[in-house]
Amino acid sequence: MRIFLKVWRQATPRDRGGFVDYTAENISPDMSFLEMLDVVNESLIVKGQDPIAFDSDCREGICGTCGFLVGGVPHGPDPGTSVCQLHMRRFKDDDRLVLEPWRARAFPVLKDLVVDRSAFDRIIQAGGYTSVNVGGAQDANLILVAKTASDKAMDSAACIGCGACVAACKNASAALFTSAKVAHLAFLPQGQPERATRVVAMVERHDAEGFGSCSNEGECEAVCPKEIPITNIAHMNREYLRAMLVTRD
Amino acid sequence: MQLDSKTPGGPLAEKWDRHRFESKLVNPANRRKYTIIIVGTGLAGASAASSLGELGYNVLSFCIQDSPRRAHSIAAQGGINAAKNYQNDGDSIQRLFYDTVKGGDYRSREANVYRLAHLSVNIIDHCVAQGVPFAREYGGLLDNRSFGGAQVSRTFYARGQTGQQLLLGAYQSMMRQVEKGSVKSFSNREMLDVVLIDGQARGIVVRNLNTGAIERYAGHAVLLCTGGYGTAYYLSTNAVNSNVTAAWRAHRRGAFFANPCYTQIHPTCIPVSGTEQSKLTLMSESLRNDGRVWVPRTSGDKRPPKQIPEAERDYYLERRYPSFGNLVPRDVASRNAKAVCDEGRGVGDSGLAVYLDFQDAIERLGDEVIRGRYGNLFDMYSKITDDDPYSVPMRIYPAIHYTMGGLWVDYNLMSTIPGLHVLGEANFADHGANRLGASALMQGLADGYFVIPYTLAHYLGSATLPAVTTDHDAFKASEAAVQERIDLLLSVKGSKTPRQLHRELGGLLWDEVGMARNEAGLRKTLERIPQLRDEFWQNVSVPGPKNNLNKNLEYAGRVADYLEFAEVLTLDALHRQESCGGHFREESQTPDGEALRDDANYSYVAAWEFQEVGKAPHLHKEPLTFEYVKPSQRSYK
Repeated sequence: MRIFLKVWRQATPRDRGGFVDYTAENISPDMSFLEMLDVVNESLIVKGQDPIAFDSDCREGICGTCGFLVGGVPHGPDPGTSVCQLHMRRFKDDDRLVLEPWRARAFPVLKDLVVDRSAFDRIIQAGGYTSVNVGGAQDANLILVAKTASDKAMDSAACIGCGACVAACKNASAALFTSAKVAHLAFLPQGQPERATRVVAMVERHDAEGFGSCSNEGECEAVCPKEIPITNIAHMNREYLRAMLVTRD
Repeated sequence: MQLDSKTPGGPLAEKWDRHRFESKLVNPANRRKYTIIIVGTGLAGASAASSLGELGYNVLSFCIQDSPRRAHSIAAQGGINAAKNYQNDGDSIQRLFYDTVKGGDYRSREANVYRLAHLSVNIIDHCVAQGVPFAREYGGLLDNRSFGGAQVSRTFYARGQTGQQLLLGAYQSMMRQVEKGSVKSFSNREMLDVVLIDGQARGIVVRNLNTGAIERYAGHAVLLCTGGYGTAYYLSTNAVNSNVTAAWRAHRRGAFFANPCYTQIHPTCIPVSGTEQSKLTLMSESLRNDGRVWVPRTSGDKRPPKQIPEAERDYYLERRYPSFGNLVPRDVASRNAKAVCDEGRGVGDSGLAVYLDFQDAIERLGDEVIRGRYGNLFDMYSKITDDDPYSVPMRIYPAIHYTMGGLWVDYNLMSTIPGLHVLGEANFADHGANRLGASALMQGLADGYFVIPYTLAHYLGSATLPAVTTDHDAFKASEAAVQERIDLLLSVKGSKTPRQLHRELGGLLWDEVGMARNEAGLRKTLERIPQLRDEFWQNVSVPGPKNNLNKNLEYAGRVADYLEFAEVLTLDALHRQESCGGHFREESQTPDGEALRDDANYSYVAAWEFQEVGKAPHLHKEPLTFEYVKPSQRSYK
């Protein structure tokens, strides 16, 4: 296969950046999208040119490191797929693809397709946990969790924190990311003691980091590689409202 | 130097409690005066950062990823063992201990393994309290499944994403400490040197991967939690950024490297396809709970699997190992897969694959139950291969997955450099020559949550640690050396990419230091590695700037370290003229092809001391003694 690429190149965070054309030759349909980019980069390195910077790590869709826009869509055209699991058999010979980094004020571009997502860490830091210290836990089976609650918690906890939801949202909202953690812990008995304080702290931090508001378009759900549903956001809004009505310390 | 494991005295079951009591403590008001540097944020690193932060130490946490949540522990699928005996099927701490020592082919330290089994139950309690969404029964109790090398169900799991959920639990606990100010998190930092002052580990030098700046950090102790060295083989199930650099730099500073030849080759991975493949993907061992492994009975049978009648299939694991069946340990399953493929009975285009078939389980339980248990794994498989495992058997083949070898540590997890502690996969101690499934998560978390808080306090409470700053000459010298190496990489301006050289090294190691090893092949490899290293330093191409984000420069540095490390890996495999666990020497096998140990000559830990690049390291031996489990020929028949 041969693929024509238009790739965003930006040397530093302050650089203006722009698109550069590349041709990926001799691409096998069984390659992953990132392996195709590896081939392009190998040819650049041999010529002594700076390869295209993009992030990736596990390359099996679980670490959340990779991600950029393929033809305007976060992680590319396949539903429920991170770009490392997107395979070239999805494309046709001589396809033309535009690759861009996530675009959001809270995710500044570091270089080429790499952005700074540390704002996600700071949202978790604000309250995405149960405040238990090592050493004091009771026997695990003393906490009963209904299978349905545990399954729902797991559905939300499956978020990989890649940032595709933010990139897809016209408001650059991280509501899906934030709500997935809020919902995961709200479903479980272990999350109850801090239920109210957690959601408020996380939502406030979300806003302070410069993410926008949710306006219920559902773009986030459509591109999420883990198919986290937008019902999490509704859940978070209910939790937030509830927290506003109960006493806050 | 005499290796002292510092194993406490007394009966096995009481050693850890006794040790905890005899260890020194640091009082709560003094803890914040100690700065602890933790490198790596996988299960071991993140759990250590959170537990030490909770205790009040001043923790500096570093990772190469853009967030601590992305460390490669996140990719672990199947589960975590704990001797809870919730299933009433005969489990106990004693049995988990026994299974692990036997599974490791009697090449681990008994006292360490017992401690691990003992702590396994606390890990589950803590992780449940954190809100890790483990699988549940309908009554609300925790569910379990079975893993290889065990005849009980002691594995706790969160679908096929157990590592992800445990890591997020540890990461969230760590971030809670970041919010409180007791932990400072430094992402996008790669450790390039350990700084020793008066022989003690007192700091690190890192490269800021976003800006290229070289930074110095000082502390009272350094904890390396940087994982294994599986990517030396180029293709492995490890993440593409996993590397040996931090451990290797520590080795060059005096930390002994133990048993590097003990590498784990996981039997159930998606087979290699094409030459540009960048990594291999694991299909969890838990699949062998319901999947049956088979190949055609006759070699060269190329019919599609559905057209091969039952009588012409060879369920070779069930046939050879009736009592463990498809759930034999990983080393045994991998060797058998290789053997049937060597006989020409392998399947798929390459002939380097065997079937993992769910037909019987689907008929017995239905699609939905199987989807509930393994849905995400089946999805992952069909994305990569374009096959549907619900209707066609999976094709699988062994791949490098984990490394039991690592930096030598004593019972306190301290290396041969005072103050330098090594946790998780980066150390060597608990799994012997073969790790059982669902034990890596257990060990990483045991080390970080429950061992290091005690043993580190003992070190801090007993060592003399004068005040140092990053202006010390040792920091300056270290930074200069790091800078010089980076300049050297950039100055070669050759015509080969780091990836080409890495792939060549990996292919060599996989062929000669992989599933089966022999003297001639190992000797040939030892001649070839220095040639490859020379070629690297004469002909590598590393374009781009040093003072900016430059992933190719990072990668080149890691490949350079692999080209040094590969020699001690191969040398260790050559010197150990026995087969044990994942280390299979063709010269040492039983009449029916099983690994044949040589306890009279090799019942020891091989710890290698660095001399200089290109010069053979010096071998030190820590004898292994077995008081409670009598070593015998391992049998799963």
